[in-house]
Amino acid sequence: MANKVIYVMYDDDGVLKDGAKKLVSKGIKIADAFSPFPIHGIDPIIGVKNTRLGIMAFIYGLTGLTLATVGMRYFMIVDWPMNIGGKPNFTYLDNILSFIPITFEFTVLCAAHGMAITYLLKNRTLPGMPAQNPDPRTTDDKFVLEIRTADNSIDEKELDELIKDTGYIEIDKKNI
Amino acid sequence: MQKEAAIREPLILGHKTYHDITEDVCRPIEDKAPKMWYILFGIALIVGLYGVGCILYLLGTGVGVWGLNKTIGWAWDITNFVWWVGIGHAGTLISAVLLLFRQKWRMAINRSAEAMTIFAVFMAGLFPLIHMGRLWVGYWVLPIPNQFGSLWVNFNSPLLWDVFAISTYLSVSLVFWYIGLIPDFATIRDRAKKPVAKKMYSILSFGWSGRAKHWNRFEMVSLVLAGLATPLVFSVHSIVSFDFATSVIPGWHTTIFPPYFVAGAVFSGFAMVQTLLLIMRKAMSLEAYIHTKHVEYMNIVIMVTGSIVGTAYITELFISWYSGVEYEAYAFLNRATGPYWWAYFAMMTCNVISPQLMWFRKLRRSLLFTFFISIVVNIGMWFERYVIIMTSLHRDYLPSSWSMHYPSPIDIGVYIGTIGLFFTFFLLFARFFPVLALNEIKSILKGSGQSYKESPDYHKNH
Repeated sequence: MANKVIYVMYDDDGVLKDGAKKLVSKGIKIADAFSPFPIHGIDPIIGVKNTRLGIMAFIYGLTGLTLATVGMRYFMIVDWPMNIGGKPNFTYLDNILSFIPITFEFTVLCAAHGMAITYLLKNRTLPGMPAQNPDPRTTDDKFVLEIRTADNSIDEKELDELIKDTGYIEIDKKNI
Repeated sequence: MQKEAAIREPLILGHKTYHDITEDVCRPIEDKAPKMWYILFGIALIVGLYGVGCILYLLGTGVGVWGLNKTIGWAWDITNFVWWVGIGHAGTLISAVLLLFRQKWRMAINRSAEAMTIFAVFMAGLFPLIHMGRLWVGYWVLPIPNQFGSLWVNFNSPLLWDVFAISTYLSVSLVFWYIGLIPDFATIRDRAKKPVAKKMYSILSFGWSGRAKHWNRFEMVSLVLAGLATPLVFSVHSIVSFDFATSVIPGWHTTIFPPYFVAGAVFSGFAMVQTLLLIMRKAMSLEAYIHTKHVEYMNIVIMVTGSIVGTAYITELFISWYSGVEYEAYAFLNRATGPYWWAYFAMMTCNVISPQLMWFRKLRRSLLFTFFISIVVNIGMWFERYVIIMTSLHRDYLPSSWSMHYPSPIDIGVYIGTIGLFFTFFLLFARFFPVLALNEIKSILKGSGQSYKESPDYHKNH
């Protein structure tokens, strides 16, 4: 039997969520969901794990903090200490108050951009990438569940029966 | 989906469906632009180009073409810089701070407010760049290894802090704005009929598909960026105020500056948002999404921040007397009664009195009145910076150096020009970009839409 991917379309996020719940309770594995806006609560139902991007942002932020500290210590204390208005410049700690604003800004800069770049790379959303949504209406007002027959040991006919109960509006099958 | 109290006014009026929202936002982009758009765009472009001409003349001739003199070395240039940065603050406040506070009314206005932020910060950034005179060596403000020996920029200087603050602010706002735009560009891409438009929006949307995992990441990125942008927005205007507060000029040397500048920035920024949105909602028929309630919320912010600014003015005045420092006392007495009394008077009227009128419910829900006040506030906030900068500088410690500042035609031309450029950018944005955050608006339709709130099972299900 050829492996198929089934796209089940709904016209309401609530109906899709209830449908997904029903299917999952019958042991069906749902590969993905496409929607025009985030459906809250769909992730645990179809088994999407929470992202770890937040941790990455923290790491990027720490990198920025370290770079700013090391950089300013080198520029202002080690390489060429300047006497500005008699402000103490013998050690980094003496001069730290002046360095706080830029340390903060650079931390934010690295955390924000690092996270944004990681986000785009992980999503594989980059300029010129082709769209992968199964139907153009999923960015407007339609909601689609993607089910792959390869993921499910259940017979295709039985699967169709189960899907029928979920109140979909359209169904589309593709051989892959 | 979140529920909200039945007595809370709905945020989306009428009986909208998800598809209606897409239609309402995309139609102005897909249709031909109205004649009015071309007229406004033409005017803005001409004014903007005149400004560019003034800037080129300035760069070719030198900063001497400004009306500066030996006493007043900073005038319109820095006034305009602080004014534009201040205007920029509302966008980030709306999109970041209100996101953290889970204020759903932000969703109707955040996209255009952020666009306003970015364009305003562009305009602001222009002033420090052109005042260098030699624009092409502008990169010297960065700590780059160079052939001059161990020559580094001075990290003790608030002017350098400004470089980092403004560039971080601009780039982070831009990224925050664009990440929110990607899914909406995808919506336009999937609707586009003309091949060129389809290609353009396809590139702009980065191939967004709306997968569950992508939305999961999207929400995390929005939340973390909001968390980062919130302290950022407060730090930026604090650092701008350090430019003045760390110097020893009477009238500038005050610890009250950072909070007072931040409040003033939000105050003027919201006023500019009102000016722009009151026109935009009408021109693009978005009255169902940006309505009286949104305007009222923004007016309350204007009232609160306006009151903070008013309190700061009076505190400053009191402390100048209470401190017993005669220079400080004179600086403030001179502000109110010296040759620039008219600027001080304009500032006090526009910024202290006008926001207090918002206590009246009728007035803060009147669109016409709001529009009027928003212009008044923006004029007032320009005068605030003018007063702080000019009156503190024009009376030097040495009476023999006392002076006055008269703006040259180039001063005025550059300023007016930035207003033209700002509107040029904003009109282009309104023409080609989704002006409402489609994906966010759709996500609150069931919780805050009028037809859903009025339906009998709103409080039963879910």
